[in-house]
Amino acid sequence: MAGKPKLHYFNGRGRMESIRWLLASAGVEFEEKFIGTPEDLDKLKNDGSLMFQQVPMVEIDGMKLVQTRAILNYIATKYNLYGKDIKERALIDMYTEGMADLNEMIMVLPLCPPDQKDAKITLIRERTTDRYLPVFEKVLKSHGQDYLVGNKLSRADIHLVELLYYVEELDSSLLANFPLLKVISLTAFRREGSHFPPEVLTVGLRSHHCADLLGPGTPSRVSF
Amino acid sequence: MRGWHGAAEPRGRETLVRNPETTMAGKPKLHYFNGRGRMESIRWLLASAGVEFEEKFIGTPEDLDKLKNDGSLMFQQVPMVEIDGMKLVQTRAILNYIATKYNLYGKDIKERALIDMYTEGMADLNEMIMVLPLCPPDQKDAKITLIRERTTDRYLPVFEKVLKSHGQDYLVGNKLSRADIHLVELLYYVEELDSSLLANFPLLKALKTRVSNLPTVKKFLQPGSPRKPPLDEKSLEQAKKIFRIN
Repeated sequence: MAGKPKLHYFNGRGRMESIRWLLASAGVEFEEKFIGTPEDLDKLKNDGSLMFQQVPMVEIDGMKLVQTRAILNYIATKYNLYGKDIKERALIDMYTEGMADLNEMIMVLPLCPPDQKDAKITLIRERTTDRYLPVFEKVLKSHGQDYLVGNKLSRADIHLVELLYYVEELDSSLLANFPLLKVISLTAFRREGSHFPPEVLTVGLRSHHCADLLGPGTPSRVSF
Repeated sequence: MRGWHGAAEPRGRETLVRNPETTMAGKPKLHYFNGRGRMESIRWLLASAGVEFEEKFIGTPEDLDKLKNDGSLMFQQVPMVEIDGMKLVQTRAILNYIATKYNLYGKDIKERALIDMYTEGMADLNEMIMVLPLCPPDQKDAKITLIRERTTDRYLPVFEKVLKSHGQDYLVGNKLSRADIHLVELLYYVEELDSSLLANFPLLKALKTRVSNLPTVKKFLQPGSPRKPPLDEKSLEQAKKIFRIN
C-alpha cells in the first residue's frame, strides 16, 4: 500500500544483489536510492533508518527492514517462494544457507589481499565443484523435477541460478559436470502464470547477461 | 553418549522419556564437538522449548570423517541435528525449523520480520564473540575493544529501546519467542566478557532475569544440563584438530 519497495545500498552487487534477484523474479518493481558518499550513509544512520547502522535496508510495507536474511525471508514468504510447509522450508533453508556460504566466498574475493588471492580462488573452485554444486545436482537428479523443492519455483531456485551466474563469471568450465544445474537456469523462469515477460522465456538464457535474463531495463548490476 | 533426563528421572537408570514434544522418531540428536561453537544456540532453543535431546560428540578428526563418509552431512559440515526423520544442517536452517515447530517464531509475517532482524543482529555480535578464541594474539586486544564498542553502541541499545518502546515482557508480540532466547544467551556471553557492559541496560537485565526464571530455561542453566562452558585451552586445541583449523 506504501508503493514500491525502496532499496538503500551502494550502486553495486554486494549484499543487496540477492534481494534484487528475488524481488525481480517475483515480478515486484522496486526503486533504488544509491549511497554514493560517506555522507549519504551518515544521513541514513543519523535519521534512525538503519537499525544496526548498516545497509542493506529495504523500505517495504511500512517497514525499514535491515539484515539481508530478514529481508529475503520476508520477500520469499510474501511472494510464496518459501515452500508450502515447515519441511519444505527446512530444505529450502538448508540449500539456501549452503549457497550463501559459497556466495559469501565469491563476494568477498575482491577484498582479499593480493598475496592470498590465488589460494582463495583455488578454494572457491574446490568448494564449488566438490562441496556445493554436487549437492544441488544430486537433489535435481533424485526427484527429476524442474525445481529444487516441492516441484515448484522457490527462492532456492532463484538463489541457485544467481549463484551459477557468478560461478560462470569466475570460470564457466566449473559448470561442466553439472548438466541438471545448467538446465535449471533455463527452466527456473519458465513457469505457468509467470511474472516474466514472454521475451525472457527463450533458449540459451544462461549465456545471456543478467539484464537480458530479466528483461530490458532491469536494474541488475555488472561485476565490479 | 549423553542424554538429558528430567529431574524426576531416577539416576543411573536408562529410561526412555516419552516427551510429548518429540515425534515417534525419538529425541532430536545433536552432532557436534563437546563445546559451544555453532551448536550452542540450538541447545538453548531446544532446551527453552522444553525439548529433551541427545548429543553425539565428535571427539577426533576420524569421528568427523565418519559422519562425512556416511553421507550424513549435506555440506560436509556440522552442526547436524537429526530431527523428525531429517538430518538438518546449517545453523539457521536448524534454528528456523525448531522455532517454527515450537511456536517461537511469531504469529505472522511481520512479527517474523522483526524477529529475524533482531536475531540476525544478535548473530553478528555473537559471531564476533564466538570467533575471538581463534584470533591471533597480537590482534586480540583490538578485537575485544571492537566487541565492547559494538555491544554498548550498536546492538544492546537497539534491544533496550525495543523493550522500552512497548513496555512488554518480551521483544516481539508480547510473547516469548526465539528472539528473547537468543538475546538472553547473548547477554550471558556479554556478561562473561565483562559484566559492566550491561550496566546501562536495565530492561535487558530484567529480561535476562525473567527469561532465566522460566522453568525450562532455569533447568538449562543448572549444572549437569547440556549447556556448555566457555572454551578452555584444551577444548580449543581439540576443536582445532577436529575441524582442521590452523
